[in-house]
Amino acid sequence: MLSSTARRLGRPAAALLGAAVIALGSGLAHGQAKEQFIPANFYWVGPYASGGSGIAGGFIDYFKMVNARDGGVNGVKITWEKCETEYNNARGVECYERSKNKGPTGASLIHPLSTGITYSLIDKGTADKIPIVSLGYGRADATIGSVFPYVFPLMTTYWSQAAAMVNFLGQREGGLAKLKGKKIVLLYHESAYGKEPIPVLTDLSKKYGYQLTTIAVPHPGNEQQSQWLQIRQIRPDWVILWGWGVMNPTALKAAQKTGFPRNKILGVWWSGAEEDVIPAGSAAKGYMAAGFNAPGTSYPAIQDILKYVYAKGDGEMEDKSRVGSIYYNRGVVLAAVSVEAIKVAQEHFGKGKPVTGEQVAWGLEHLNLDEKRLKQLGLSGFMPPTTTACNNHEGSGLVKFQQWDGTKWKILTANWVAPTPEDQKLVRSKMEASAAKYAKDKGITPRANCTDEN
Amino acid sequence: MLYRETGQFKTSYAADQQIFPLRQDRIGVVATLLVAFIVVPLVANEYWLEAILIPFLVFSLAALGLNILTGYAGQLSLGTAAFMAVGAFGAYNFELRLEWMPILGSFALGGVCAAFVGILFGLPSLRIKGFYLAVATLAAQFFVVWALTHFNWFSNYSASGVITAQRIEIFGFYFLTGQSKYLLVLAIVTLLALAAKNMVRSETGRAWMAVRDFDVAAAVIGIPVMRTKLLAFAVSSFYCGVAGALYAYAYLGTVEPDGFNLDLSFRILFMIIIGGVGSILGSFLGAAFIVLFPILLNRFAEPFANAIGIDLPSGMSSNLELIIFGGLIIFFLAVEPLGLARLWQVAKEKLRLWPFPH
Repeated sequence: MLSSTARRLGRPAAALLGAAVIALGSGLAHGQAKEQFIPANFYWVGPYASGGSGIAGGFIDYFKMVNARDGGVNGVKITWEKCETEYNNARGVECYERSKNKGPTGASLIHPLSTGITYSLIDKGTADKIPIVSLGYGRADATIGSVFPYVFPLMTTYWSQAAAMVNFLGQREGGLAKLKGKKIVLLYHESAYGKEPIPVLTDLSKKYGYQLTTIAVPHPGNEQQSQWLQIRQIRPDWVILWGWGVMNPTALKAAQKTGFPRNKILGVWWSGAEEDVIPAGSAAKGYMAAGFNAPGTSYPAIQDILKYVYAKGDGEMEDKSRVGSIYYNRGVVLAAVSVEAIKVAQEHFGKGKPVTGEQVAWGLEHLNLDEKRLKQLGLSGFMPPTTTACNNHEGSGLVKFQQWDGTKWKILTANWVAPTPEDQKLVRSKMEASAAKYAKDKGITPRANCTDEN
Repeated sequence: MLYRETGQFKTSYAADQQIFPLRQDRIGVVATLLVAFIVVPLVANEYWLEAILIPFLVFSLAALGLNILTGYAGQLSLGTAAFMAVGAFGAYNFELRLEWMPILGSFALGGVCAAFVGILFGLPSLRIKGFYLAVATLAAQFFVVWALTHFNWFSNYSASGVITAQRIEIFGFYFLTGQSKYLLVLAIVTLLALAAKNMVRSETGRAWMAVRDFDVAAAVIGIPVMRTKLLAFAVSSFYCGVAGALYAYAYLGTVEPDGFNLDLSFRILFMIIIGGVGSILGSFLGAAFIVLFPILLNRFAEPFANAIGIDLPSGMSSNLELIIFGGLIIFFLAVEPLGLARLWQVAKEKLRLWPFPH
């Protein structure tokens, strides 16, 4: 039908028709252009669903709040689409491939929310120019932006955290010098994730003279009898718990059974949520953990979420009481950083227009979330101040320490805790060495003109 | 009418012994291969190639490996993922430590490493059978993952035990795009699948099946049971090893030992159970079902729910997918316990009589 009409009208008319179709197509594309797409590839099922669903809830609710309160970022609405990764690398890659071309400019950035998926996406994200934001997990050496232009372990990495923990333990003992001769046990999940802190803790043990013993717990970690017997024999002054999922409450219960004081156990930030302590019941009381976000709903941004999203019955969490939990608030941190990066990119590349992944990467490298800006966002004291640069994709390294009082997490350190300046330098040089090795193995030439300052 | 062997006379032994004796089968296979090699790379976009077709082919190969062991030789194994891990880490180390090693050589040697590990963990099969053997292969699963995490040499002393696959290069050509990677994986899988098809028709395959059906009888008629079983373990593990190497190099790029966990072994076992135990085609059908179906459900659950006007709460749709998927597995197994491959066989038999079934 169409072809016969075209034949009758002759070739020029057909060409015109074609041009009109193309114009119509691009017109449509322009019509929907005021949107910024961010994939929400998280997990709502499986063994880690308690963490995944909380973070996903906070993440999406924050976008809903920004859209409802501010009408998006300079008028550009944020859109998202959920994809279930099941914390499984293969599914995570599929979700990534599915989401990367959505929206007028493709995926702005992506939070894989799994160290394994992050690893699988490093090459792909770099090739597609989509920033991979592994906030609080993933490769520590990706801080070196000259080698990893599209990977952002923002705020704090496992290595910085390990150094900050040592600093905190020093404070508890009454000075870092007092760590000499103390015994510290690292009880870790035997996986890529659990092994991350070992090099840093080993180096610092030589520096401060504490005695480090590392004890592995095989996945999933619901059997820890022998490990805690070993700890009982060692009689350490501190146990650093680098656990995940069911391993955390199991460790606390086992500690209670063997009579090890819980206020001498210090957890990593993936061991310090309500979900990690409530199953342990009374055994968890006094347990301490690190965190890069504060719990609670008293912050203005969380209040806005309650006002603009939950008051309208539009919230993601079916159980509203989870708003303000550690994981939920962590999702808010992830979203707040994403929105801020988009805003920074817009201010540089054109306000009120959707930005591409490459431009968002620029934004992520020029974040200036200082105390003043956090206050504007209603997130002061909620997350650490973060200032990034081309060759500093971490930008902060600060954590807070909190203690479980039996019913809720209480912040122990009013100020953010960083590693000591020398330790920070040590961590940094380790990152540089590791990134250089990666660059050599992969044949990457580090970007020129990429420094720690903007 | 169309699918009938009438009139196809075999006049030589060669003609009688070819892989696909029926002309229609030959045409079908050639047509499938042509589509896979020429049409698909031209038509499919990056998403289809990278996220759907490459994993489908890789898992098909792994399922094929397990099918040789479980389906043809009758030895139940729960260590498939471990053999894949050996293949992946083996290929990585050959590529890393031997500068001159071509990548295909690394893949093959990765497979050979897996074959040796397979033989080692196949030794208990000489004394124990069935479910007890499954427990013994479970040891392989845990031991291999533990060893790869524990001994840093395997991951070239990376702090976290993660390896990053080197780039695939053959004669100066870099396989970077989805298209080229797909074609490479497809070529390897086709070659190995044809080899498997041939193997199971040969003396080796017949010996496997004899051992599977009744090992005492097989021993009585003079089949060396020990050699046959270990050969099955070696060949099966080789296939899984190559699949593991492709999983790391052509699909994920970076892998950690934990990625090759028991979960993955079970998934591959489900593939052959659903696809068809003891069928080459079944390995592919099973892989297609297990890899593609959850993605399909995931893609259409939400739009479908919106279309009929239900607002699914978050988390609900994910759980619903699992429920539907589990239900479908039970449905298929209830309708056809012998797997999807059996359905295809029944269809072929019907086609032979069609349109005059009586």
